[in-house]
Amino acid sequence: MTDTLILAQATVGGIEQFWQMVVGGLALGTIYALLAMGFVIIFKATQVVNFAHGALVAVGAFLVALTAVEIDVPGRWIPSAPTWVTWALAAVLGVALGGAAGMVLERLFIRPMVGEPLFQIAILTVGLDIVLRTIVDDFAGLDGRPLADPWGTATATIGPVTVPHTQLVQLGVTVVAVVAVALFFRSRTGVAMRATAFDQEAARAQGITVGRIFGLSWLLGAVLAGVAGIFASIFPRAAGVSSATAFVAFGAFPAIILGGLDSIVGAIVGGIVIGLAESAASVYLTGFSNVLGSGFSAIIGYVIMLLVLLIRPYGLFGTEEVRRV
Amino acid sequence: MLSVENLEFVYNDVVLVLRGISLQVPTGKIVALLGANGAGKTTTVRAITGLAAVHEGDITKGSVQFEGADITGRDPSDVVRLGISQVMEGRRIFAELTVLENLRAGAYTNRAGMSASMDRVMALFPRLVEKRSATAGYLSGGEQQMLAIGRALMQNPKLLILDEPSLGLAPLLVKQIRDIVVEINQQGTSVLLIEQNANMALSIAHHGYIMETGKMVMDGDPAKLLKDEDVQEFYLGLHGDEGDRKSFRDVKHYKRRKRWLS
Repeated sequence: MTDTLILAQATVGGIEQFWQMVVGGLALGTIYALLAMGFVIIFKATQVVNFAHGALVAVGAFLVALTAVEIDVPGRWIPSAPTWVTWALAAVLGVALGGAAGMVLERLFIRPMVGEPLFQIAILTVGLDIVLRTIVDDFAGLDGRPLADPWGTATATIGPVTVPHTQLVQLGVTVVAVVAVALFFRSRTGVAMRATAFDQEAARAQGITVGRIFGLSWLLGAVLAGVAGIFASIFPRAAGVSSATAFVAFGAFPAIILGGLDSIVGAIVGGIVIGLAESAASVYLTGFSNVLGSGFSAIIGYVIMLLVLLIRPYGLFGTEEVRRV
Repeated sequence: MLSVENLEFVYNDVVLVLRGISLQVPTGKIVALLGANGAGKTTTVRAITGLAAVHEGDITKGSVQFEGADITGRDPSDVVRLGISQVMEGRRIFAELTVLENLRAGAYTNRAGMSASMDRVMALFPRLVEKRSATAGYLSGGEQQMLAIGRALMQNPKLLILDEPSLGLAPLLVKQIRDIVVEINQQGTSVLLIEQNANMALSIAHHGYIMETGKMVMDGDPAKLLKDEDVQEFYLGLHGDEGDRKSFRDVKHYKRRKRWLS
């Protein structure tokens, strides 16, 4: 990615460059991991391959732009509180709205399709993707909409590396999100969701309302996508939500496949690996641009994915007998 | 307590599986439902518990009453909440979850009474206490069956439906399961026991039903059923004259038909 490139070139060569690359890769990887986790949760619980996940990322960012800037939650109700508190509040509200949107989408479009061939449902999500992205594009316009985050372009210097404040926040938020998801899966509802993912009929026989679990998995997926969306549309990645925001999913796709489609741990590991690989490629492979062409880092994830699939067709952590669409 | 009246059940709009069956489970009793493969035993369970829709099945006639309320075609979660829980055929435990998580999944509708139910299950199945944090898929067949029964008990049901709990278990384990069923019943839970193992089921039941191709063909006192010539021949593998082995080949085809069908 270009931003890691710029930052990496600021510190010249050697070990500094390496650490700079690692930090940039982690920052990118956590976005992929958040996205991949949401995708895997939806896939595991409902068997739906959600091609609209990129659009959910954009919708999440769009809703945060809406709450933080258009509706101006911070300025309107609590102007005296520090900006980062009020902005965080707006972001939480936006992400929650995104989660609700995911649940509504599931109820309106996916639930009536239960029992239909999975392939048809997958195609339906392609349609959803187009519609949602069109809506976001229309709002964002050509220049995009800023999210007005309180950190701006400030950076911190930690040892040899220069890190934007936003990425520090991002790392923290990702850790919190992963822990929260892990805890959720130990709760009553989380256990019910895992039971449903394993055997829907047996779950029904325990009195678990499978429809509710479906809705919940979309809520969770959309929330994680929304969080990823925020960090994909602020400094240093972008200047706001735009028509390009949804395309972060293209980067996360190899992460999902690499991790193995039905493993949440795999999604996290896959996300970090692909993020690091992209970052490393953008730093170390630029010298080979006469051979590889420019922008090789954008496809390095797919190269890794293909190599891994040759050896482990079901991904690093995937179950072998997973039903593919 | 449970009464099934004249139930007719169709899969995929064409396959008529239950042709008007009726059965009663009185409060506090064990009722056995016997039948050969394809008789419609499991379908009966699905019709009662509302799991029919998953299999594209439909109740076309008749009704299911539970404690005076009509539960025909109700949602499975409602049925569970009303107090009917089932041990599914083939155990169907959540293999990827731990034993404890399986039990917690079973208590989904019984949040308030979970710890009491947990104590009860752990007292019934000391084996599960030892293995509580083991992954359920790695348990032995007998332990899995105990887990499946324990999971169903977590809902603290008034009526427990067991679908072939002896399936694929060694004789000693079958005996153990049988004793557990009796114990559960003595703790006040009514039981509908669905079995192919007639000996095991009839030895503990208070009343027995025999099903064949979607119809109830016999019912009555288990002791009486056990003495019945046809039950002996077709379910227990016994023939009137001891020691004299009989081959199906020697029986004229019209004689192979069970007497109750003619």
